[in-house]
Amino acid sequence: MSKDIKIKKGLDIRLKGEADKTLANAPRSRTFAIRPSDFHLITPKMVLKEGGKLKAGDPVFYSRENKALNFVSPVSGTLTAIERGAKRVIERIVIEADQQDTYKDFGITNVQTADAQAIKDRLLEAGCWPFIKQRPYDIIAEADTTPKAIFISAYASAPLAADYDFTLKGKEAELQAAVTALGKLTDGDVHVSIGTSGTSPFDNLNGIALHKVSGPHPSGNVGTQIAMIDPVNKGETVWTVAAQDLVIIGELLLTGKFNAERIIALAGSSVKNPKYYRTKIGAEVSTFVYDSGLEEENVRVISGNVLTGDKISPKGHLGYYHNMVTIIPEGDDYEFFGWNKPVFDKISPSRALTFSWLFPKKKYELDTNTNGEHRAFVVSGNYEEVFPLDIYPLQILKACMVQDLDQMEALGMYEVAPEDFALTEFICVSKQPHQEIIRNGLDQMIKEIG
Amino acid sequence: MGLKQKLHTLKQKYKGKKMAPAFNALHTFLYLPNETTHSGSHVRAADDLKRTMNTVIMALIPCLIFGMFNAGYQTNLQTDPNITQATGFFSGEFWNWANFEIGLWKVLPLVLVSYGVGLAVEFLFAIIKGHEVEEGYLVTGMLVPLIMPIDIPLWMLIVAVVFGVVIGKEVFGGTGMNILNPALTIRAFLFFAYPTWMSGDKVWVHGAVETAGQPDAISGETILGSLAQGHEISYSIADMFLGFIPGSVGETSTLLILLGALILIFTKIGSWRIILSTVLGALAMGLLFNGIVDMGWIDSSSKFYGLMNTEFWHHLIIGGFAFGAVYMATDPVTASQTNKGKWIYGFLIGFISILIRVFNPAYPEGVMLAILLMNVFAPTIDHYVIQGNVKKRMKRIKVKTA
Repeated sequence: MSKDIKIKKGLDIRLKGEADKTLANAPRSRTFAIRPSDFHLITPKMVLKEGGKLKAGDPVFYSRENKALNFVSPVSGTLTAIERGAKRVIERIVIEADQQDTYKDFGITNVQTADAQAIKDRLLEAGCWPFIKQRPYDIIAEADTTPKAIFISAYASAPLAADYDFTLKGKEAELQAAVTALGKLTDGDVHVSIGTSGTSPFDNLNGIALHKVSGPHPSGNVGTQIAMIDPVNKGETVWTVAAQDLVIIGELLLTGKFNAERIIALAGSSVKNPKYYRTKIGAEVSTFVYDSGLEEENVRVISGNVLTGDKISPKGHLGYYHNMVTIIPEGDDYEFFGWNKPVFDKISPSRALTFSWLFPKKKYELDTNTNGEHRAFVVSGNYEEVFPLDIYPLQILKACMVQDLDQMEALGMYEVAPEDFALTEFICVSKQPHQEIIRNGLDQMIKEIG
Repeated sequence: MGLKQKLHTLKQKYKGKKMAPAFNALHTFLYLPNETTHSGSHVRAADDLKRTMNTVIMALIPCLIFGMFNAGYQTNLQTDPNITQATGFFSGEFWNWANFEIGLWKVLPLVLVSYGVGLAVEFLFAIIKGHEVEEGYLVTGMLVPLIMPIDIPLWMLIVAVVFGVVIGKEVFGGTGMNILNPALTIRAFLFFAYPTWMSGDKVWVHGAVETAGQPDAISGETILGSLAQGHEISYSIADMFLGFIPGSVGETSTLLILLGALILIFTKIGSWRIILSTVLGALAMGLLFNGIVDMGWIDSSSKFYGLMNTEFWHHLIIGGFAFGAVYMATDPVTASQTNKGKWIYGFLIGFISILIRVFNPAYPEGVMLAILLMNVFAPTIDHYVIQGNVKKRMKRIKVKTA
């Protein structure tokens, strides 16, 4: 059961600084960090105190709500700091890495014979469970549910995104182990979506429903693919896993080791030599950023892509879910008559003296300026142009803002994640924070409906 | 230290103070602010509300300039023997200094008063409520003079603008929250508060009020007025289309309104769905009335005969219909916000405009009332459109469980 998915509504944001398809090994990072804020709504309970020794795969903390859910160390080393913020919330856990990694051995799992419970236990214990997320609510999946299907997007359409065909090349064995294991956790299919061109490492895998997607961003968003293949209804759950994390899951099952290695793209117009690096989850981004070099000083370093990533400091660490680092210029400057003069160097969905419609193939160097101030919603009808789901975007945003739970539910809140609203946020004339509004709406629903 | 730095220092100084919104409103006119993204997407598209509003204003400028010339032309045509009937759109009889001078001195005060008073109210509310000055009034302030009769006293305009901005917009929470189009609220207020001024056959041409009753009186009757009275109209189709007719300041030239419509549609600022469906609605109603006359159900003795018998497509080029359809009905805040809803909303505006035009001889300009009426119903239309989507979602569950 596979079908082609063609997306018409959307917008490809073409940026300068695409990663060159060459791979380098990033120098080994001195410290590694885990930020609990990467795991939405998880309250960490520390396993170790500062000064504790860890192997790669040893638990660093577990979830207060589910003690079986471990979050493990990506490297072997010493836990040096637990940085806390307001109300003693843990903001960052820093691990100083050893010269060489020693791995905790979880034992090989035979994915053909293992049953669902054995696989779940192994993933929970070895820190691979956080890679599995669920909809509704876009949070880490609840381990005691059975989803109706599992979705994996192996096609990246986000701006400057790492090309899965490149980063996952040669990992077929790991991918096969992971999708076979995941297939046992659901009653339905494991849906994998790939692009229409090129050779994907998923091409010849067994036990998956393969779909080919085409069209502008957000065609690569797993949320778009779910909506086109098998939308989430009230009372149903689907799980999603990012393609790069299948490799880690697969390697765990095949070798018994938690190997946090990941090929990431370093991209963006501020990077001198954008290319791919082999590094690990939680590594200092400076290890490879300074290898590539920067064009300018005043930059924003983003762990993830420009639409959904997190701002980190230049000395910060790669996020748990991210397979790219984007660096673009900060836009903290005024622009003389910027609101009415003709604009050639920015992207615009309109033609109001903005001329990006004339050059559909041109690549832009966007900075982080908001290009205007926050306003009430005024314009209507423009979000629909870039929003492929069968949902009224403006109306669902307003329902979230006024916390009207009935309306949120009726309009399709179970189907969406903040990232689905990244493009509407990008084009918003009123500069409203759409992703934040949707995240808050989802949190409200979790609290009141559960 | 350049201007940019000086203003930045001033901005920091005013930060958090009561006057900050007022300062920022002026500052952001000169410079796009230095704000960067804090959450969600790290990059944003080039458009903001100021640019959007600015585009609408640019689409209105041709109408404003034409309105100035036309104001003078209508007067001079009746008083100055040197000015004769204009023959083509670029006719020197129309585009000359004598016409422009009168128009400039009559129209410019309207524009200044409209912006001055309206923005003063906006700034006041922004300072009291501590939010930024929103750009909504930039368009309203330009629309207002264009839908006024040329000879309206300025004090009336001041009262109306204050009423319109406060009651029409600010009490609902400001730009983006209002239910009624503020410009039309201002117009409607004048119409109901000073009916003798705002209707009839005097105010539409400059000088007509003062000279009323004198032997060399200027006639200030509009085409709609004549039709409602059952008079013969002396204007050609070309005059009506090009705009050489009496009427509110900026609404007469269908040609330039069409140009504005093209600008709005091309820049994707105005909704083509609303404009098109409004026109379709008006044509449908016009045809219906023509049909009634053709069937012989009504004869020339009826007081509705004049307007009912008007050929259906003439409705598009007389009165304020075109102006309303292009600039007023498309106001995104007060219109339907769903694409399907926009079709229904626009069609009903066109339909009801012509209905009111024909059956309300006291005030044959129906488009204002039709738009205000549909402004009120727009949320209802949206509600039913959205229910369609909700029902589809419910059905999906039922199919599953069945």
